[in-house]
Amino acid sequence: MGITVAVLAGFALSLGAPWIHRVARGSTGWLLAVLPLGLTAYFAGWIGPISAGETATASFPWVPSLGIHFSFYLDGLGLLFALLITGIGALVLVYSGGYLAGHDQLGRFYAFLLMFMGSMLGLVLADNLITLFVFWELTSLSSYLLIGFDHEREASRTAALQALLVTGVGGLALLAGLLLMGQVGGSLELSHLLRQGAVIREHGLYLPILLLVLGGALTKSAQFPFHFWLPNAMEAPTPVSAYLHSATMVKAGIYLLARLSPLLAGTDAWLYSVATAGAVTMLLGAFLAYQSSDLKRMLAHSTVGALGMLTLLLGIGGPPAVSAAMVFLFGHALYKGGLFLVAGAIDHATGVREAERLGGLGASMPITATAAVLAALSMAGLPPLLGFIGKEMVYEAIWGARHAPLLLTGATLVTSILFVAVAGVAGVRPFIRSARDRQRPHEPPISLWIGPVLLSVSGLIVGLVPGTAGEPLISPAVAAVLGGPETARLALWHGMNPTLALSVMALAGGVGIYLARARLAPAASRVVAGVSRWGSERWYSASLDAVNGLARAQTRWLQSGYLRYYLLMIVATMLGSVGYTLASLGGARAPSGWSDLYLYELVVAALILLAAGVAVRSRSRLGAVAALGVVGYGQALIYILFGAPDLAMTQFLVETLMVILFVLVFYHLPRFAPLSGGRARAHDALIALATGGLMATLVLIATAVQLHPAISDYFAEQSLAQAHGRNVVNVILVDFRALDTLGEITVLAVAGIGVYALLKLRSPSGRNK
Amino acid sequence: MISLILRTATRFLLTLLLLYSVFLLLRGHHEPGGGFVAGLVAAGAFALYAIAYDVKAARRALRADPRALIALGLLVAAGSGAASFLGRKPFLSGQWIAFTLPGPTRFDLGTPLLFDVGVYLTVVGVTLLIILSLTEE
Repeated sequence: MGITVAVLAGFALSLGAPWIHRVARGSTGWLLAVLPLGLTAYFAGWIGPISAGETATASFPWVPSLGIHFSFYLDGLGLLFALLITGIGALVLVYSGGYLAGHDQLGRFYAFLLMFMGSMLGLVLADNLITLFVFWELTSLSSYLLIGFDHEREASRTAALQALLVTGVGGLALLAGLLLMGQVGGSLELSHLLRQGAVIREHGLYLPILLLVLGGALTKSAQFPFHFWLPNAMEAPTPVSAYLHSATMVKAGIYLLARLSPLLAGTDAWLYSVATAGAVTMLLGAFLAYQSSDLKRMLAHSTVGALGMLTLLLGIGGPPAVSAAMVFLFGHALYKGGLFLVAGAIDHATGVREAERLGGLGASMPITATAAVLAALSMAGLPPLLGFIGKEMVYEAIWGARHAPLLLTGATLVTSILFVAVAGVAGVRPFIRSARDRQRPHEPPISLWIGPVLLSVSGLIVGLVPGTAGEPLISPAVAAVLGGPETARLALWHGMNPTLALSVMALAGGVGIYLARARLAPAASRVVAGVSRWGSERWYSASLDAVNGLARAQTRWLQSGYLRYYLLMIVATMLGSVGYTLASLGGARAPSGWSDLYLYELVVAALILLAAGVAVRSRSRLGAVAALGVVGYGQALIYILFGAPDLAMTQFLVETLMVILFVLVFYHLPRFAPLSGGRARAHDALIALATGGLMATLVLIATAVQLHPAISDYFAEQSLAQAHGRNVVNVILVDFRALDTLGEITVLAVAGIGVYALLKLRSPSGRNK
Repeated sequence: MISLILRTATRFLLTLLLLYSVFLLLRGHHEPGGGFVAGLVAAGAFALYAIAYDVKAARRALRADPRALIALGLLVAAGSGAASFLGRKPFLSGQWIAFTLPGPTRFDLGTPLLFDVGVYLTVVGVTLLIILSLTEE
């Protein structure tokens, strides 16, 4: 129960955030942060029970007949993520208040941010796969709103749409994968499925499931070849970049891989696909980060690299790799979140994000500088920070990999070297090198430095006392990923071993290329510019262009702009498809007899036919309209003769309104003129007669077929008994089939608004049309 | 063209037609009628007013913006369906309250009537939105 409240609280507060902001103004961030802070405390209270091996569930029926429940499941993995989401969420809310101070849509921003936090919590705590998927999509949606927050800039809108499309397509693949998994595993509840690993891995559908799930996870976590959306998403305000694009949302894919590891991991297909994607992304991200000049893009690319490293570790699998992944994930969230917030603070203070133009900030922003250097040292993997422990464990795990350990160790070493250089450029150099542009910024307000300071200091504390501060959190997460009781031991000092040598080599190499960056980075940028011509972003825009081109082509073909052609198209399509279905089902049989036909019915029918003929032949508009009115009233007469007063009444009124409408617009209509010649008229007549014939045939078939028991009898019986109404037609409309009616009046409303838009919203220049 | 006879008659007819439309709406559950037909009658009444006077006058007589009527109608219809959640029933299940009037009469009041009111408002809104904006052209 508590878990459900924790997930939904973010959404509830999100709804109220704009109003709270209206009252609280400058202190809204601090006020709103109370919720995530409280949630952090709540989840921190779970550390004890969870590390003792407990799990918690909460479930509410949603569509029980399909096995869909609104259910949550808390174990070590979910807890680690929940703490990161709520803890960093609180800091980011405070930071936003300072960073966007005075922005006139700040209230909306808080609402989006809280909605995102709720979605992310729901995602990592979901038990039911459908619940998980819903929250997964909600994170995509709220991230769309956040990236495009500055919606008057085209770059923001494009980046937001790109992120939404890439993760959205992945999300569809994921849904298919999750449903297949539920079919094979016999349940949609993760807590049940986690014990069905062997069944799923040995099933014939294993490979499709794996590929579909990877489609979701790799797009969300910006793995190669989908890595391009994440740096572009840096168009978002910095708090968003720090929260979504380093600490939480992009780790959703990692979470999914980790969560489903007990089900899918351990096979060759998993190893090759996941580890390869991870290794390639890791190298690519680190390289792109090194050559970037914009601080935020640099951090974004390095995040892509770090996500690649996590994917690689999960791909390798096994206790050492999974332990390393969890420690590195924790450490990365702390230092990268901090560095992003620092980059935002620098931007806020100086207005500059170009790495080359920044310098001399250490003296004027001492607190920010301390936080930044601590975070950078953690990223570089220096003791005694958490980043060092993580890096050591990564080396150890990859060194012990079963396949190609040397190759992978080499790749990891190169990545680490690049990371050291990036950490230096992004986190240290702006503060220590001599002033460039004579910027004289001052220390930003407390809301802008408290986040980075707390994150960096957490990294330091966990690094200093890993046994007390890290293990209770990491061990249960590792156990959850491996699906068995497993403990991770974190230690600052691993002894004199090969991994320490690798750390030293990475540091030395990193410092080397950091110093040589002025010469190396431009060359690297040229390579990137050359290669990106064939890069996957090109594929993205090409496929987008193709879809738009197809839409334009078929619009040109179908949308002539003339009402008569639209009518013709609709009628002909119906005629073709219904006629084909009818013919392929064996055609119609003639009705058995015409015996019960009365003279007055024939008279009415003849009247209608006559009026229809007059309407077609009439030379004046008034004549045609009057004749059409006769057709309509004749129809209403038939309804009365066959005992359908409701229908007749409606028909009468519609006809009357048509006349009124006609009277109102009569003066404004153009001259009545036959617009089609003899051949076109014959053509139209043929289609009209065929359609009429088809409808008549359908009616005859429908009355001849007796579905048993007839639903009309049931309605007639139950109308008064269950729905307290004697008018069966009305009871069907407002009770038995009320959902249909609701849909119909919605369509009616949409059509009305459409007409209104056509009449009112056209530009004055279009009036001559 | 201004017709005094039409104008005078319309002022009475508008009231009568609106009363009739409410009558149709309320009797719909047992006898021929219902929200859709009643909505058309009401819309016809205002359209008549627009013919006798002009669109501006019809809008003044209507008081509400047709667009707001559409929104209100959809909201009432959907809201009447949501009322069933209070009784822990699926969306749009009819909820009924029975009143016992003096004498042998029993009187049932239920959410389907509210739903029909939503239909009524939507139909009035859509029809008048189209008719009035077409006329203003």
